[in-house]
Amino acid sequence: MAAVHGDAHSHGHDDHHPSGIMRWITTTNHKDIGTMYLWFSFAMFLVGGTLAMGIRAELFQPGIQILEPELFNQFTTLHGLIMVFGAIMPAFVGFANWQVPLMIGAPDMAFARMNNWSFWLLPVAATLLVSSFFVPGGAAAGGWTFYPPLSTQGGLGVDLMIFAVHILGASSIMGSINIITTILNMRAPGMTLMKMPMFVWTWLITAYLLVLVMPVLAGTVTMLLTDRHFGTSFFNAAGGGDPVMFQHIFWFFGHPEVYIMILPSFGIVSEVIPTFSRKPLFGYSSMVYATASIAILSCVVWAHHMFTAGMPTVGQLFFMYATMLIAVPTGVKVFNWTATMWRGSMTFETPMLFAIGFIFLFVIGGFSGVICAIVPIDIQVQDTYYVIAHFHYVLVSGSLFALFAGAYYWIPKWTGRMYNETLGKWHFWLSMFFFNLTFFVQHFLGLAGMPRRIPDYNLQFADFNMVSSIGAFGFGLTQLLFLYVMINCIRSGEKAPQKPWDGATTLEWTHLPTPAPYHSFEKPPVVN
Amino acid sequence: MVNSTSSKANVLMMKKLLIFTLIMFVFGFALVPFYEKFCELTGVNNLLKPDVLTKENRVDESRWVTVEFDANTRGLPWQFRPLQSNAKIHPGKPVDVMYEITNNSDREISGQAIPSYSPRNLEKYLKKFECFCFTKQVLKPNETRQMPVQFVIEPDLPVDIHTVTISYTFFELPGSSSAVKNDR
Repeated sequence: MAAVHGDAHSHGHDDHHPSGIMRWITTTNHKDIGTMYLWFSFAMFLVGGTLAMGIRAELFQPGIQILEPELFNQFTTLHGLIMVFGAIMPAFVGFANWQVPLMIGAPDMAFARMNNWSFWLLPVAATLLVSSFFVPGGAAAGGWTFYPPLSTQGGLGVDLMIFAVHILGASSIMGSINIITTILNMRAPGMTLMKMPMFVWTWLITAYLLVLVMPVLAGTVTMLLTDRHFGTSFFNAAGGGDPVMFQHIFWFFGHPEVYIMILPSFGIVSEVIPTFSRKPLFGYSSMVYATASIAILSCVVWAHHMFTAGMPTVGQLFFMYATMLIAVPTGVKVFNWTATMWRGSMTFETPMLFAIGFIFLFVIGGFSGVICAIVPIDIQVQDTYYVIAHFHYVLVSGSLFALFAGAYYWIPKWTGRMYNETLGKWHFWLSMFFFNLTFFVQHFLGLAGMPRRIPDYNLQFADFNMVSSIGAFGFGLTQLLFLYVMINCIRSGEKAPQKPWDGATTLEWTHLPTPAPYHSFEKPPVVN
Repeated sequence: MVNSTSSKANVLMMKKLLIFTLIMFVFGFALVPFYEKFCELTGVNNLLKPDVLTKENRVDESRWVTVEFDANTRGLPWQFRPLQSNAKIHPGKPVDVMYEITNNSDREISGQAIPSYSPRNLEKYLKKFECFCFTKQVLKPNETRQMPVQFVIEPDLPVDIHTVTISYTFFELPGSSSAVKNDR
């Protein structure tokens, strides 16, 4: 690399590396890459959030006011794609980059150069996705699940989306290979698998799920692409294909995908709850087995997304029972978190608040999931706001709240500075209030029959929609407070001690100074 | 710094995972024929399942079954009868029988027949290749039409059954509303 070599500004370490923008472009340091992942995902979170604000603004009143139906469909489609592939998933990879080497005592990720590559693919994919709004015909508008025939008929925007998904998939696969290799091969001496922190365990299992299903998604979008441009008929009924088959293949990826987005958050919560309860995690090994069971079960339940697509009763029964079975290992986890808190010396700093909020709201989302799994009910609520409410309870108050918990928990280790506790608590309580205001009422809308992905609605739905929109605007604004708290912390937060949390027991708190040095664990720690 | 042995182990691991990724990519495509085969074997995708005479259809020459043909009308001025009142057959042997309807009124009427069988479990052993039931029939004033029924009674028919009845009843269809299209 023809770049300026280490000067006084470059983190005062004896190693030399480029400064300025080239430092970030060429970096192979897991901390730099983790930071970039987190900023990237937050930027995408704001983009996807802006789309959500557009959707809720249109739904504020019945009738078409702001977004024409075609543009509304593009908003819902891109909101889903950007939040899933651009915000939640990269954020968890960011946490893995920062935390996995620190928590297992490794000097860096196994393949540092590949790590850099897997990050820098993301802005390319994001550019393709966002720019698709400005091509003729606009962005993909057939829903984030891009079912044919809409996705085989759409314009250039769909092609851009397909390429973006290809690139995001490649990035995820490389990231997963890196994480698996790091965890399996680079643990500090004495760190057996069953001594690994729960966050590392959940990421190991998640990474395996990713290499299992991401290539299938890549195959699916490839088939879509060849159907669109090269005359194949995988999903085109007129050519002997089957559009329902797309749904089967897509959800073979799509259902494990939702666990890919929740398992690492289980990991974060399993770190935060013991720390602030000042007790070790209750039932560690059952947590490991529960995580593995959830991952395995997640691969055999995909068709519960398709109960109305036409399926023999035997199939419906199988997928219904298999889906309900997932509630068992999930229940084990919730039990263990609760038992960890039982008689602990609990304190309620912001990470703990978000973790408890996670448990509380994720359980609501889990229960509405069990309700949706029941075939006769699902036939009623399919494609209604009930489903929207369900998956926002598990994705926003599940994955996103856990990400917030993790960010507040580890930011002192990353920056060496404390965030403002008062503002952090405000962020939590406002998020909690506005989140429920937005999504709880959507259960009622769905049960009353309001369909999703439609820009207009019957007058009977008006009041709840207005409440939901007000909640959404409040939730959106609250996240700017999070941005402020984080920037304030990085720039002028109080200096953090090595171990700001009494109850923390993992390596990054016990063996490393705060902030974590640019190169850590060059000599592996010994774990006993 | 990563020493060379662990770096070798890492590269080996990466190769294994890349191969696994490739296998899963191919697996995505393999799901297509797998899905088609699965649908074919389980028949889930055959929304129309016309009965066909299989090549290995065997005829039970050892016994006779009497098939009685019955025809009724309910609430419409049609005359409806089979051209033969019964047939004596070996189970497994295909049977052709002709029914005739006549519109005795001076207006155009559409009607539709539904079948019923005796004994009730005959349906399990009855395969029909051609039938007019569940199909709308429109008859002009005084028009007569003959309609064939082709069927086979499978040799699996319990041996204690010696006589079966195949009955059709014509109902009038309101107006010209279209009826369910079906071969049966």
